[in-house]
Amino acid sequence: MLISYLPILILLLVVMGFAISNIIISALIGRHKPTAEKLSPYECGVEPIGSARERFSVKFYIIAMMFVIFDIEVVFLYPWAVAYKSLALFGLIEMAIFIIILLVGYVYIWKRGGFEWE
Amino acid sequence: MEIVIPPFDLKSISPIIIITVFAIIILAIDVFFKKTLRDALGYFAILVVAVTGMVVGTQLGETVYSFSNMFVVDNFSVFFSLIFLVSTGIVILLSIRYTKQEGINNGEYYTLILFATMGMMLMAGGADLLTIFLGLEIMSISLYVLAGFRRDCVRSNEASLKYFLLGAFATCFLLYGIAMLYGATGTTNIKEIASFLANNPSLSNPMIVTATSLLVIGFGFKVACVPFHKWTPDVYEGAPTAITAFMSVGPKVAAFAAFARVFLVALPDVGQKWSVILWVLAALTMTVGNLVAIAQTNIKRMLAYSSIAHAGYALMAIIAGGDFGPASLIFYMLAYTFMNLGAFAVVIILGRKGEENANIEDYSGLGYKHPILAVSMCIFMFSLAGIPPFVGFIGKFYIFSAAIKNGFIILAIIGVVNCVIAVFYYLRVTVVMYMKKPVREFAPLSLSPFIIIALIITVWGTIHLGIFPGKIIALVQNSSLLY
Repeated sequence: MLISYLPILILLLVVMGFAISNIIISALIGRHKPTAEKLSPYECGVEPIGSARERFSVKFYIIAMMFVIFDIEVVFLYPWAVAYKSLALFGLIEMAIFIIILLVGYVYIWKRGGFEWE
Repeated sequence: MEIVIPPFDLKSISPIIIITVFAIIILAIDVFFKKTLRDALGYFAILVVAVTGMVVGTQLGETVYSFSNMFVVDNFSVFFSLIFLVSTGIVILLSIRYTKQEGINNGEYYTLILFATMGMMLMAGGADLLTIFLGLEIMSISLYVLAGFRRDCVRSNEASLKYFLLGAFATCFLLYGIAMLYGATGTTNIKEIASFLANNPSLSNPMIVTATSLLVIGFGFKVACVPFHKWTPDVYEGAPTAITAFMSVGPKVAAFAAFARVFLVALPDVGQKWSVILWVLAALTMTVGNLVAIAQTNIKRMLAYSSIAHAGYALMAIIAGGDFGPASLIFYMLAYTFMNLGAFAVVIILGRKGEENANIEDYSGLGYKHPILAVSMCIFMFSLAGIPPFVGFIGKFYIFSAAIKNGFIILAIIGVVNCVIAVFYYLRVTVVMYMKKPVREFAPLSLSPFIIIALIITVWGTIHLGIFPGKIIALVQNSSLLY
């Protein structure tokens, strides 16, 4: 039974071997002319300023969290929209309950000041 | 494409619906009527728990599978739900004064406690591994937040973060185990897994063996058995004491309910062969928990290690299996609820603002200053140690006899030896209370009518069930039939 997983193991080994051998080969036969420009970390073409390990405001996390919640809501809405006809009234009620519960959360965040930046 | 909507039976999950709806209402009340109604939220939460308890009570005696066999109402789940509701009710009684003292004045506190209770009920009634997982997550996420509710306290934050990181990690193990089991059997339904395994060899299948070990790790973390116990003392010490009381009972009991259902119903064959591993876990859990508890000076940490040791005894009940195993598990969990919550009630009454006064030394001389409180603490300590006539004795007796009946004699002997070790640190509290001079003046007690009610309930439970266990044992034996 385990034998059927053998291809996965082989693929895993091939991938690792490929990656390691590429690094080794490029280190062996490549030319090395390091400049300050080349050694600086890649920042999408923008010049790096200071350390990347800065402290972020915790508010970013709250925004991110709220985004995830409402993102998930949309994820649930899509399959419902696709199967809307066959789910009919049942689906509508079910979805209404789901959205009402999320709405309570939305009002809660609002009232608690989750949308205020300062 | 035609979609057939499976029949659903809202009545079977009515307690869960009630508790969810009212938890949301409490949240809304807190947001909209900030100051005026805040005190009333606790009373309201107690009312919700009481109403839910009554609804759960009416479900006793029926066995209903609903939601495509994903949820089951049977005596087992009903009895466990009642245990959760009792513990939640007592914890809310303990919280009303405590939250004021510690400056926790958010309605989310009660909402989260109710959500956690809902998750536990879902776990106990889960007839599908996914339902159990869902309940476990609802419960755990509420608890991660609750553990960090003293926001300005570093220890509380540490507890919350530790609990969250380790808990999320352990949940992954559980989920991975479920996935593996699904891969091996083609279903996540507990009954269908059982019937699949009855017709197919299970132990030669490496996937099932792996799945089982992952499930053991996941549940082992939640019930805090050695070697997955490392989070317990830090989290119990850092969390607000009322929440520690809650965590030491509810989630543990819920995890045991799910553990028992998965291992005794879904994997009975594997479980039997695996009893060797669970055997070692149980023996380690009891021994390590009790031995390390001896060295503790903080009463919350001591109770944390004692709760680890108690998880070991409860694990013994699952290993014993058979007819008596689950019955003794349920009874022990009920007993443990009363005596452990009682001990925490005393800790809360004596505690001062900022979680001070939590060292065992601080209890010296209590016996002369506050005799009634000291006597109740003695009752809980004796009961936790397993000394008759209290309920802890009956519970242990029941578990050990179940273990011996099913041939686990050495394990029972280890358990009994551990009880003797445990007596040392439980009785030390008594010794300190009665035979030492007070180290400093006692501050005024943080008493309220609610906490007194909680104390009376727990003392009554500890004594009454210890002397007249017959009725409950009959009920419990009725509830142990897992099918």
